Amino acid sequence: MVSKTAIQEQMAKQEYKWGFVSDLEEETAPKGLNEGTVRLISAKKDEPAWLLEWRLRAYRHWLTMKEPTWANVTYGPIDYQAIHYYAAPKKQPTSLNEVDPEILSLYDKLGIPLLERERLAGVAVDAVLDSVSVATTFKKRLEELGILFSSFSEAVREHPDLVRKWLGSVVPFNDNFFAGLNSAVFSDGSFAYVPPGVRCPMELSTYFRINAANTGQFERTLIIADKGAYVSYLEGCTAPMRDENQLHAAVVELIALDDAEIRYSTIQNWYPGDKQGKGGIYNFVTKRGKCLGQNSKISWTQVETGSAITWKYPSCILQGDNSVGEFYSVAVTNNRQQADTGTKMIHQGKNSRSTIISKGISAGRGRNTYRGQVRIFKGASSARNYSQCDSLLIGSDCAAFTFPDIQVQEPTAQMEHEASTSKIGEEQLFYCQTRGLTPEDATNMIVNGFCKQVFNKLPMEFAVEASKLLQVSLNLEGTVG
Amino acid sequence: MLEINGLHVRIGNKEILKGIDLSVRAGEVHAVMGPNGSGKTTLAQVLAGRVSYEVTAGQALFGGKDLLAMKPEDRAREGVFMAFQYPVEIPGVSNAYFLKAALNAIRKYRGEDEIDAMDFVSLVQERMKLLGLDESFMKRGLNEGFSGGEKKKNEVFQMAVLEPKFCILDETDSGLDIDALRLVADAINVMRSPKRSMLVVTHYQRLLDYVTPDVVHVLVDGKIVKSGDADLARNLEKHGYGWILEEAPGPAP
Repeated sequence: MVSKTAIQEQMAKQEYKWGFVSDLEEETAPKGLNEGTVRLISAKKDEPAWLLEWRLRAYRHWLTMKEPTWANVTYGPIDYQAIHYYAAPKKQPTSLNEVDPEILSLYDKLGIPLLERERLAGVAVDAVLDSVSVATTFKKRLEELGILFSSFSEAVREHPDLVRKWLGSVVPFNDNFFAGLNSAVFSDGSFAYVPPGVRCPMELSTYFRINAANTGQFERTLIIADKGAYVSYLEGCTAPMRDENQLHAAVVELIALDDAEIRYSTIQNWYPGDKQGKGGIYNFVTKRGKCLGQNSKISWTQVETGSAITWKYPSCILQGDNSVGEFYSVAVTNNRQQADTGTKMIHQGKNSRSTIISKGISAGRGRNTYRGQVRIFKGASSARNYSQCDSLLIGSDCAAFTFPDIQVQEPTAQMEHEASTSKIGEEQLFYCQTRGLTPEDATNMIVNGFCKQVFNKLPMEFAVEASKLLQVSLNLEGTVG
Repeated sequence: MLEINGLHVRIGNKEILKGIDLSVRAGEVHAVMGPNGSGKTTLAQVLAGRVSYEVTAGQALFGGKDLLAMKPEDRAREGVFMAFQYPVEIPGVSNAYFLKAALNAIRKYRGEDEIDAMDFVSLVQERMKLLGLDESFMKRGLNEGFSGGEKKKNEVFQMAVLEPKFCILDETDSGLDIDALRLVADAINVMRSPKRSMLVVTHYQRLLDYVTPDVVHVLVDGKIVKSGDADLARNLEKHGYGWILEEAPGPAP
């Protein structure tokens, strides 16, 4: 007969399938951070003087900042001088054919479509390995529509005016400690610009991967949807297994002008550390979108299954009248993982609307915190927000927390907040078993049902991946005896 | 089909079943009646495999196999089905998805292929008619926001789709209005067959007005104190349990 503890033990075991290390020749900056490091990174990338200046201002400001401690997570001190701030494959490719076969096979292992078959799938991939964008596909087709999609470095070279205009306009370098660090040392990332009235015909996609040891990854993503434009962007992340913790401090800025729409979907599967909590990625990320124009819309969807610690609040500044912000999130913590994640919806425009659907799943000894802020400023008349945050507990050693912060200064605003906490109970499992399902199948089914509202928001192929990933993260495969 | 001998069951330190002997042959419908707290639901749950009940003595053979040694899912796959008194809700998992997964788990156990999508749809539609369910029913979350009556109908509907050999119906009649009761009873009658047996646990005669049992057992304080034919149930309805307790051998509760 199956005991509940056996199921829990089974689920607490975890397998990280993406833990291989690629043997690539990499060029690495020495460990440590000072003005010299910032200058070195900028020089390696042949950056214009204004960008170096911006980095240096960010660096100097960062020196005055303190690492935030308010998050509901605990970890040892980070030694910022023990990190390599730059790593790049030595061979610099100029076309797909020249891409190091090692890299291509690495992407193969990751299941990233890079070559011909992706065209069939309609995915354009800008693959970022450590700090340098390796290959960009579909560029030609996108260019015909006037869509710019490239690595961040390339955008700095090819479209400096656009980058200069928007860089830091949503997340300024003095925004927070990790954004400041990123602004000083970011090494690459993705850039997309969709011109007025253009609907991007394919999902744009970036795969990030941290390969080198002791490397922090600080990528920077900037997406601009001009008036009436539409773009959907997918982001997936994995990292090899290592005993030491690795820092990932990314910044993502989205800008939507009048009538524009941006959908941004993330599947985050960074190495979560082992069962005892050794190793794993510190995922300290600042993601924010600005609905600058009227009737603009920004929608964040995230499935967070990896990382030892997640500190992430994809947010929307709803500046334009009738603008719409959405946040759909599934966050899973198993074993010793900790997540403090949520969103901010800042309403400034009249009749602006936002929706927050957050689903937290805790298993093993995982800790899962939802932290959300909804602010409705005076003048944002008839603004509306609907928030729903649900927690699902598996086993009795895990924990779920909710910290909603609601500030309304506009009397015509409407707010709704719903929260629930449930536990996968013996009753549910037994019921499913009496219909012929194993406890693992049943748990998987219950978890998927719990996440359905969010998975429905993902592009189809991502939804399938998300569902599989969830199963692996909670390790519901195999049998219980 | 089912042979129960000297079954003793306890929860914690409390003994609930104190030696049950019961034999159900293929094609028979047995009713188990009894006052509150007599152990009816415990009997049903133990047969279905609930872990929180501890079997301290006795055995149950299902088709010659040791039922109590099997995991609950294997019992289901062998053909045991229990319609719950209080079915659980599983939000976000549609009835269709759940039922298909269950059906395929059972088919796989028997070495059969997964059911074809179209075959599943026609099977489901046919069985839905039995219980007067409409199309939207399959898309709804499993028992999510269902009324008491809908939940009970869903249990019998699942039974009709999964086609078990041995059906345990735990107070399926409670919470049903007269029309729903008739629908459910008709569905149960349709499912009666020489190859299928049923154990109907109930407080009242009213379900048995429609589903005539072959044997009626009266369970009092963890023991079967009287067994008889359908007339026994009618007598109970008329006279209550008091006269049986007086007649029953051994210490009264």
